[in-house]
Amino acid sequence: MAEQTYKITAETGIHARPATQLVNKAGQYESEVTLEYNGKSVNLKSIMGVMSLGVGQGSEVTIKAEGPDEEEAISALDEVMKQGLSE
Amino acid sequence: MSISLSGIGASAGIAIAKAFRYEEPDLTVEKKTGVDAAKEIAAFDKALEKSRAELEDIKEKARQDMGEEHAEIFSAHLLVLSDPEFVDAVRQKVQDDSVNASFALRELADQFITMFESMDNEYMKERAADIRDVSKRVLSHLLGKPIVSLAELNEEVIIVGEDLTPSDTAQLNKAFVKGFVTNIGGRTSHSAIMARSLEIPAVVGTKTVTEETAQHAMVIVDGISGDVIINPDEDQLQAYRRKQEDFARQKEEWAKLKNEPSKTKDGHHVELVANIGTPDDLEGVESNGGEGVGLYRTEFLYMGRSELPSEEEQYEAYSRVVKAMGDRPVVIRTLDIGGDKELSYLDLPEEMNPFLGFRAIRLCLEMQDMFRTQLRALLRAGAHGNLKVMFPMIATLQEFREAKKVLEEEKEKLVSEGTPVSDNLEVGIMVEIPSTAVMAPQFAKEVDFFSIGTNDLIQYTMAADRMNERVSYLYQPYSPAILNLVKMVIDASHKEGKWTGMCGEMAGDPIAVPLLVGLGLDEFSMSATSILPARTQLTGFTKEEAERAAEEALTLSTDEEVKALVEKQFTLS
Repeated sequence: MAEQTYKITAETGIHARPATQLVNKAGQYESEVTLEYNGKSVNLKSIMGVMSLGVGQGSEVTIKAEGPDEEEAISALDEVMKQGLSE
Repeated sequence: MSISLSGIGASAGIAIAKAFRYEEPDLTVEKKTGVDAAKEIAAFDKALEKSRAELEDIKEKARQDMGEEHAEIFSAHLLVLSDPEFVDAVRQKVQDDSVNASFALRELADQFITMFESMDNEYMKERAADIRDVSKRVLSHLLGKPIVSLAELNEEVIIVGEDLTPSDTAQLNKAFVKGFVTNIGGRTSHSAIMARSLEIPAVVGTKTVTEETAQHAMVIVDGISGDVIINPDEDQLQAYRRKQEDFARQKEEWAKLKNEPSKTKDGHHVELVANIGTPDDLEGVESNGGEGVGLYRTEFLYMGRSELPSEEEQYEAYSRVVKAMGDRPVVIRTLDIGGDKELSYLDLPEEMNPFLGFRAIRLCLEMQDMFRTQLRALLRAGAHGNLKVMFPMIATLQEFREAKKVLEEEKEKLVSEGTPVSDNLEVGIMVEIPSTAVMAPQFAKEVDFFSIGTNDLIQYTMAADRMNERVSYLYQPYSPAILNLVKMVIDASHKEGKWTGMCGEMAGDPIAVPLLVGLGLDEFSMSATSILPARTQLTGFTKEEAERAAEEALTLSTDEEVKALVEKQFTLS
C-alpha cells in the first residue's frame, strides 16, 4: 500500500473543480484509491464520496492506494494535489 | 373563452403560437422483486449510456450557444453518471435484493439527495439538485418515458412550464421557440436572463399558466406588458398581430440608429453604453449599437461555481471584452458580492441586514488576497484596450484611498515583474451611498469618474429594502430627492473636469432620460436592448429643453409631479 498525507491550503478546500480533477485522475488507475479525512474514508473515484467529506482549508487528508499500480496512482495524484490545493 | 393572466414581462416582444406544455413525464417507480438481475443490470447500463450521450450533446450545445461557463454544470452531471459509489451501488442492490433497477436507482438517488440536502452548506445543497436532475434522466430511459427534448421541436411553439432549468434553456431552438411563459421566476431569474439574451419574448411568474393552458392551445405572450392570453378570440388576435407588427417596425426604426452617434436634436452627444454580466453578452452590445460597456458585473465569474476564479481565468474574460470593444470604453466593476448576492464557498456568516453589511468593497478590502487577484487580472487586461476600473459601495474617501493603494501596489509588482499593464487606467467609484453623493466635491478631486448606481442609491436614500415588496412604493427614481443627489454628483465631477455615468435601471428609463440629459449626465449605461430606444428618444428633444425640465423637476415636491412634467413635455418611446 502507498500513501501520502497533505495539508489543504486552498481557500475553498476540496470543492468541485479540484475534486473533479482528483476523481478523474484516480479513475485512471486499477488500484483502490481512498481519501481519508477526519476519521472517515471514501472512494476517491467517487465524486459524491469526495464532496460529501466537505474538506475545508487547513484540513489534513491522506490519500491511500492499494493494488498493482498503487505507486503510479499516488504520484499522479500527488501532482494534482500540489497544483495549488495543498502543501 | 379566452383567459388573461398577468406576470412579469421578462423579455420584450410579442409572440403568438400554440402552447407546448413542457412537463416532466410520470417517473413513478414500482418495486418488483424476484427479477432477473442480469437483465435489469443490462437495462440500467444501457440507460446510463443513453443518458451520457444526451448529456454530452447538451453540454456541447451549451458550450456553443452560451459559452464555457454555462457548459460547466453538465461536466458535473456527467461525473455523477460514472460515480462508482452511486452506479455500482445500484447494480449491487439489484443483485442482492433481486429488485428492478428503476427501484434501486430511485432508492439510492434519494439517499444521496437526502444526504446532500441535509448539509448546512449552500454549495452541497445545490449538488442535491444535480443528482436529482441526473437520476431523473437515467430513470426516464429505464422506464422508456424519455424526457421531451426541447431541441427536437419542429414547429413554432410557446413553451409553457413551471420553470425552465439550465438544461432546458440550453436546448432551446430559437427557430421554433417563439416565446415562453412560466409559473415562477422574476426579472432576474435564470430563465428571464436567458430569454433576453436569446431575444425571445417571455413572461415569467404567472403562477397559474400551467393550470390554465391546454396542450396546443393558442397563446399570446406580451413580454412588454407581462400579459398572457390563452385561447384569444379573433379581436384579440388581430389586436396583438398589429402590436407585434408595430413592435417589429419600431425595432426596425431603432435599428437604423445602430451605427449612429447618440445625440439630442441639437447635436449634444452623450454616451449610451451597455451593462454586461459575461463576455457572452458582447453580441448584444454590438447588435444594439452600444458605444462601449458602462458596467461589467464581474460577480458572474465568481458565481455558480465552487472556488474563486484564478487570475488567468479572470484575465482571459476581461481581455476578451476589452479587446472586442477596441477603443470603446469598458468600465469593469470589482467584485460586488454580499447583499442579495452570495458566494457559497466564501462561507460568509448570515447577516441581519445584508444590504447594510459586509459586502462589495468592504469585503474586498478585508479579503485582500481575493481582491488583489482580481486587480492584477484587470491591470493586465487593461494593456489591451480602454479599460476603466470602478469600485462598488464606496462610503468614505478612506475606502477609496485604500482600494486605490492596493491597486497601485499590484501595478508596481506587475511592472517590476515585466508584465505589461495599462499605463493610463482610469479609476472611479460607484455612487450608491448617500454619504458619497453628498461628499462628491471632495471625491471628485481624487477619482477619475463617478458612476451612479441608482438601484442602491434609491434604496439607501429612501431607507427601503428593494427586496421587500411592502415598501416597494418607496422605490422612486423620479423623486426630487434622488434627482438632487444626482445633480450634486454630476456638478461636482464637471467642476474637476471629470465625468459622471449612471448604471442602473434609471439610466434607460424613458421618463428619466430627458431629466438626466438636462442634469448633464455624460454616460448612460443600460441593458443592451434599451440602447436603441434611448437613442431614438434623444433625437426628439434639445439639450436646452432637457435642462429647463430638469431645473423645474428639482424644485417639484413629489415623484408624481416629476413624472407628469416629463410626460407632458417629452415623447416617451
